[in-house]
Amino acid sequence: MIIEPNENMGATDSMESVALSPEESHGPELATDRPVVCEFTNTWYSYGGGEPAVEDVSFQVRKGEFAAILGPNGSGKTTLLRLALGLLKPTRGSVELFGESSARFRDWSRVGYVPQRVEGMGTRFPATVEEIVEQGLYRGFNPLAIFRRHGRKEILEALDVAGISHLRRRPIESLSVGQRQRALIARAIVGQPDLLFLDEPVSGVDAVGRDRFHELISSLNREHGMTVFLISHDIGAVMQGATVCACINRTVVFHGPPHHITGEHLSELYGFPVDVLLHDALHEHR
Amino acid sequence: MPEIFQFDFMTRALIGGSMVAILAPAFGLFIVLRRLSLIADTLSHVALMGVAIGFVTSIYPTFIALIATTSSAAGIEQLRSRGRLPGDAALAIFLYSSLAIAVIVISKSSGFNADLFGYLFGTVLSINDRDLWLIGILLLVVIVFVASFYAELTQSAFDQDLAHVSGVRVTATNLALAILTGATVTASMRVVGVLMVGALIVIPVLAALRLARGFRTALLLAIGFGLLSVWVGLAVAFYADLAAGGSIVLTTVAMFALAEVVGKAKDYFSARHGASDTGWSASTSSAQPEIDADQR
Repeated sequence: MIIEPNENMGATDSMESVALSPEESHGPELATDRPVVCEFTNTWYSYGGGEPAVEDVSFQVRKGEFAAILGPNGSGKTTLLRLALGLLKPTRGSVELFGESSARFRDWSRVGYVPQRVEGMGTRFPATVEEIVEQGLYRGFNPLAIFRRHGRKEILEALDVAGISHLRRRPIESLSVGQRQRALIARAIVGQPDLLFLDEPVSGVDAVGRDRFHELISSLNREHGMTVFLISHDIGAVMQGATVCACINRTVVFHGPPHHITGEHLSELYGFPVDVLLHDALHEHR
Repeated sequence: MPEIFQFDFMTRALIGGSMVAILAPAFGLFIVLRRLSLIADTLSHVALMGVAIGFVTSIYPTFIALIATTSSAAGIEQLRSRGRLPGDAALAIFLYSSLAIAVIVISKSSGFNADLFGYLFGTVLSINDRDLWLIGILLLVVIVFVASFYAELTQSAFDQDLAHVSGVRVTATNLALAILTGATVTASMRVVGVLMVGALIVIPVLAALRLARGFRTALLLAIGFGLLSVWVGLAVAFYADLAAGGSIVLTTVAMFALAEVVGKAKDYFSARHGASDTGWSASTSSAQPEIDADQR
């Protein structure tokens, strides 16, 4: 079931209004005429045949959206991301990228990915920030890759957008968590993908770093026209940039524009009573 | 001409040793970064089984070892990637079963203990032309592989999931990496012996990782440390009349210690000269980004 928001709801409506009604027309903020770039249809997944980590999830991300996926720890957010990237195959249902099953999807130049952490880190991985960003320009087998460095201009641009031009010759291992995240963002955007998947780091980044991270993602969405699929746990920050939210607790609790989220949704999401204080995103933005 | 080059066996040892010194660390870099060092160790025991079978059947032992290591490597990788067994469980099964087979084969047919001793601890001084050809071919294969799949190898060493999303065929890359690890182990076995193969694959790489900033530098440094270790080790063994394998491995350890010292010194000086290009985000104050921007 795809849960659509009710268009009669205003941004400042109180908690008792619930915007969940599949029969109602689409909300104005969800431009439903745009092509779907990522789609979950009755998707189930369980690790090793145990309890399902993802249960009957259906929602779509459309071109140009900034979709924030919210949910508590262990709610299956990262599992959804891995399903979308074809790193896991759904036990039931389907996951599609650009209209093709994500397990068979091959056109990876259209997709950028920023993981929460990277396996190679902590092993003295010998690469400069520039070399890591260069990886994002991989376009299939090239026997001369060892001799050639390519895309210098693109690399510098991506570093500039990510705000880390001054770190380009630094070993990746010497960076802080927040800086590494930016290096990985530069790596993800250097090939100018249409769709950007991000798994926000849980720890190691302070409040200022987190704000700047969200500002950067918003500008990639607004100014660079990238569709964003962001896994986050920071509801406040996400409210400012996201155009659509999916609240996940194994299944979809809410899907719609962020200002339609009510306390009830969040209570259902986190399992304890939550009140919503809505900030006006535009005015609060520095 | 120095005395060391006046003996045929010494010249052959230097040629064979040098080839392995390029092969083992070049490939070892990817093995270490993928945290697969234990695979090299396991495969060396598989190689011993191959050698034992080779002796019994009177077929060229190194060749049997090559077949045993490459096929076992493929098997280990299959078990690991399908998630049937955790990585190190698969290794344990292969290590002990091949060691047990080796023990049984050796005990059933006495008479080649001296030769076997050579395979355990290295026989670089008795390396023959056939060995040199085999090592040479393996070296060529590995160089061509590393050079042409450089992008795929570095991507999957950095992160398998990221590599997948970049479009790298991760499963195929892993399989090729495992099979060639088997080949590398077999070639290195002739020089430092089954028991110390891991040292030549891992230690020069660790030394290089201490000093290198970039990937290409790390690759070249690892090969450099490998070559230096083999040359110094062989010279010491020759003039001081020591076991060549042990002398080479101890030299790699000395290289590692040297790299640590140089690395520490570099850290110290760069700290004193204020390499203060720390970026912002995770740092303390909100004023930090502007300061950094000015410094550029």
